[in-house]
Amino acid sequence: MQALYAQLLVGLINGSFYALLSLGLAVIFGMLNIINFAHGALYMMGAFCAYFLLNIAGINYWWALLIAPIVVGIFGMILERTMLQWLSGLDHVYGLLLTFGIALIIQGVFQNYFGSSGLPYQIPDALRGGMNLGFMFLPIYRGWVVVFSLVICLATWFLIEKTQLGAYLRAATENPTLVRAFGINVPRMITLTYGLGVGLAALAGVLSAPINQVRPLMGADLIIVVFAVVVIGGMGSIMGSIITGFALGVIEGLTKYFYPEASNTVVFVLMVLVLLVKPTGLTGRAA
Amino acid sequence: MSALTDDTLPITPRAMRDEMVAFALMAVLLAVVPLTGIYPFFVMQALCFALLACAFNLLVGYGGLLSFGHAMFLGTAGYVSAHALKVWALPPELGIIIGTAAACGLAVITGYISIRRQGIYFSMITLALSQLLYFIYLQAPFTHGEDGIQGVPQGHLFGVFDLSKPTVLYYVVLAGFLAGFLLIYRTINSPFGEVLKSIRENEPRAISLGYKTDQYKLLAFILSGTLAGFAGSLKVFVAQNASLTDVHWSMSGEIVLMTLVGGLGTIFGPVVGAFIIIAMQQYLAGYGQWVTVIQGVIFVACVLTFRRGIIGEIARLLRRSL
Repeated sequence: MQALYAQLLVGLINGSFYALLSLGLAVIFGMLNIINFAHGALYMMGAFCAYFLLNIAGINYWWALLIAPIVVGIFGMILERTMLQWLSGLDHVYGLLLTFGIALIIQGVFQNYFGSSGLPYQIPDALRGGMNLGFMFLPIYRGWVVVFSLVICLATWFLIEKTQLGAYLRAATENPTLVRAFGINVPRMITLTYGLGVGLAALAGVLSAPINQVRPLMGADLIIVVFAVVVIGGMGSIMGSIITGFALGVIEGLTKYFYPEASNTVVFVLMVLVLLVKPTGLTGRAA
Repeated sequence: MSALTDDTLPITPRAMRDEMVAFALMAVLLAVVPLTGIYPFFVMQALCFALLACAFNLLVGYGGLLSFGHAMFLGTAGYVSAHALKVWALPPELGIIIGTAAACGLAVITGYISIRRQGIYFSMITLALSQLLYFIYLQAPFTHGEDGIQGVPQGHLFGVFDLSKPTVLYYVVLAGFLAGFLLIYRTINSPFGEVLKSIRENEPRAISLGYKTDQYKLLAFILSGTLAGFAGSLKVFVAQNASLTDVHWSMSGEIVLMTLVGGLGTIFGPVVGAFIIIAMQQYLAGYGQWVTVIQGVIFVACVLTFRRGIIGEIARLLRRSL
């Protein structure tokens, strides 16, 4: 049973990353109509940013949690202003192709300087060690990742669904022209939205740095799994993305325990099943 | 929303004549390659990728469906052909047929699943499906995992043509490429191709005219996947191996890049694009990961400034269909 709980925890952690990343993809898709293929590369940049902060500037994990998403978010906003904004009005496919190219550039540059092996990132002192819960041993850092991700996901949900700013955002998603006519600067909102989505990816990168090591290709395969998560959950609802992300992580964890050979493929197999039964995805509207 | 290829010219006798002249020119140029002393291995490899890109272009350029997983057909056909040739010791013609048939079967299944969603979701689904196959091939015993199937024997085609001779192999690959190219050309200009283009332009309208668009899209997907598999089977004879590289997502990206550089929805664009990208990889092989960076830069440059691709731009300047 110990092993089962351990795999469940690993599943919850992967689920946190799926949720944070698919949440960002959904927010970006809503405003920009772009599937951000660079999301995995920006997640990786978040982890590297934390690594540089610690090893070059001596800035610790807690500040990295704040600084890395801001730095990568600003980088994302520059990308949006210089490149992505020129794609409005074109077929959605061009957004995918452009961000795929950006991902290749970012990953290629990092691979040139850091190879393909992983760089270690220390768990901060306050989160070292573990707790004995009676039925299992819980490494504190892993528990922290799950709880903190959940809080961030719910905060994002609250920001978009319950605040004034979120209301503008949702309105601009539905009808940008009309919202502009009310005097709201929609292009600036689009830029900030992209920065927010990218910042969430970078935050996931910082959280994963002590667990998965910091590697140039850490986001390359992850983003494909997240695409499958997005296909399963649909991008119509924020809460849908969060729940689907965590649920699929848990299912993947359970697969690791009961049938490890299929743990890499289970999310894709589930995607196929969902497409066969309900082609629009579990929560999404038809695209 | 502007379509992927919004300025395709209607088929006129003049357009047909232009395309025929261009085809004859291409066939003659490729036929004299062994006489010029150009490294034939490079051209053969480029021809396989050119056919692959043409097959991909049939789906995206004429059907409007951007598949981000076409490497799965290349890799599947490659693995099955290589296994048939090496382990079952089948003759080359049977090896090619079995490999292509495997890709066809895969295209039937993956097509049935992926055409259930349109646009951007279709791309994500095909990418996820090809990643699923990647993991299956990584673990399946017959693919030999990271090593791949190496040292595949080339054998004698129809018991006559010795494929281990580079010149003979070159003309066999060229014949395969030209046959596949003509089949795609014929498809594009058939009534089926016209319906496909109408679906790309306006699917609801095509449905209202009574076309079962899902069946057309599925058929286009199967045809494209099968021809991509045929290219994969031919490639086994050139490279004499089948490996995980051919099923990886980066390979799917390269196929997209070739077609984008040459021109989406142009007849000759994918061929030109394949030669450019393969040549680039050949000459920049010593620069390690910078090749990836350059590919990324080409992607970005093409999408931002050069969406018609090389052949698309030339065709527009000359006001001709190419």
